[in-house]
Amino acid sequence: MLSKKQARAFFLGGTLVTFLIFIGLTIFSLSKDVDQTNHENITEAVVRGKDLWDHNNCMGCHTLLGEGGYYAPELTKVIDRRGRPYIKAVLMSKVPWQPNGRKMVAYGFTNEQAEDLIAFFDWIDDIDLNGFDRVVSPLAKDKTN
Amino acid sequence: MTLYKGKRRTTTALVLSMGLFFAALLYLPGMLPFDSQVTDSFFRWWVVHLWVEGVWELIMGGILSFLLIKLTGVDREVIEKWLYVIVGLTFLSGVLGTGHHYYYIGVNKIWLIVGGIFSALEPLAFLAMALFAVNMYRKGEKKHPNKLALYWTLGAAIVSFVGAGLLGFAHTLPQTNLYTHGTLVTAMHGHLAFWGAYAMIVLAIISYAMPNMTGRKLYDTGRGRMAFWFSNVGMVGMTVAFGVAGVAQVYMERIMKIEFMKVQEMMEIHFYILIICATLFTTGILMYIADFIKHGQPTDEALIKE
Repeated sequence: MLSKKQARAFFLGGTLVTFLIFIGLTIFSLSKDVDQTNHENITEAVVRGKDLWDHNNCMGCHTLLGEGGYYAPELTKVIDRRGRPYIKAVLMSKVPWQPNGRKMVAYGFTNEQAEDLIAFFDWIDDIDLNGFDRVVSPLAKDKTN
Repeated sequence: MTLYKGKRRTTTALVLSMGLFFAALLYLPGMLPFDSQVTDSFFRWWVVHLWVEGVWELIMGGILSFLLIKLTGVDREVIEKWLYVIVGLTFLSGVLGTGHHYYYIGVNKIWLIVGGIFSALEPLAFLAMALFAVNMYRKGEKKHPNKLALYWTLGAAIVSFVGAGLLGFAHTLPQTNLYTHGTLVTAMHGHLAFWGAYAMIVLAIISYAMPNMTGRKLYDTGRGRMAFWFSNVGMVGMTVAFGVAGVAQVYMERIMKIEFMKVQEMMEIHFYILIICATLFTTGILMYIADFIKHGQPTDEALIKE
């Protein structure tokens, strides 16, 4: 039967090997050659939009790329679904937006801020999500595929 | 520091300290700033996943071993050997299992294969932990009078296997996760997993340590047992409600393509069940806290009895 020493070797060895593979795969998947995010399209507006997204804790309620809160709709492909004017109206609204009973905070963003957020969503929408972009509800790409 | 001063450095103490150290260290990747939401997300999972399926399990394994040594009286050598096997299995599957968070966030497809295979192995670590706890309990000759601590200890091992192991596996394969990613199915798994693996083990060590520290023999009270059952039944109820709601959501939203808010309205009944179960859960936790406050302070009465 297994001795304590062997058990320890299994723990340390297994950890080291898997961790090295993990680091290798991380470097690989963040390298430019396999980029799926159109990294070169991240403009200053997109970065400003991301800052707004982070600082206002949009993820507390909404999901993006399937990550975040489950209280409010997924926002990947939201431009395809709702169109820019609708999104802009929601973002700039001074009164809480509650089309279906669930209330969204009235952020009252300025015109520039709303544009930045839309630029951010626009960049998100073009990321290749390994098929999830076609599943995320409702299928925004149905028409094109 | 306690580890350094101790007369002997046991495997249990070592594993526990390693867990605490790396838990602190792994907080850092989450603070790296990136312009890309995808890269941000990528490193956020370094924190979250390598915590819950990595170093936190060292902490959990360490506490579990300590409690099993104390409560069952099984030989330390035997318990610590299995502790190595368990944490070994955890890291072997867990580190590359991080890939299951990378399926659909905008990184290479290689993670679908790596994440799929290794996260399918992840339940093994939790299964080993549950079997380990139950077997050591059966094997143990010592019958420690602290029944409440024993309840929470065995409960932690079993519930974490069901919540983290089984329910995690239920949506970890890429083919399934394509549809369940970003739905209440995740909430179903998350609630039971955290409760079993990280909340119950803490309540277990408190239940064990408090009587020792205060000198009271608070080993088996009616309220303590009720706290255990209320909170557990409440949490299982919440998990079922989330699960049913999640499956319904996946079907309506992602297959039938009904709009988000319409689906939420149709699932409303599950949210009421969720609130009822959450109330039961909270009642249990309040009972635990009441016991803690009432008996947590060392009193003259307790000291005299010693």
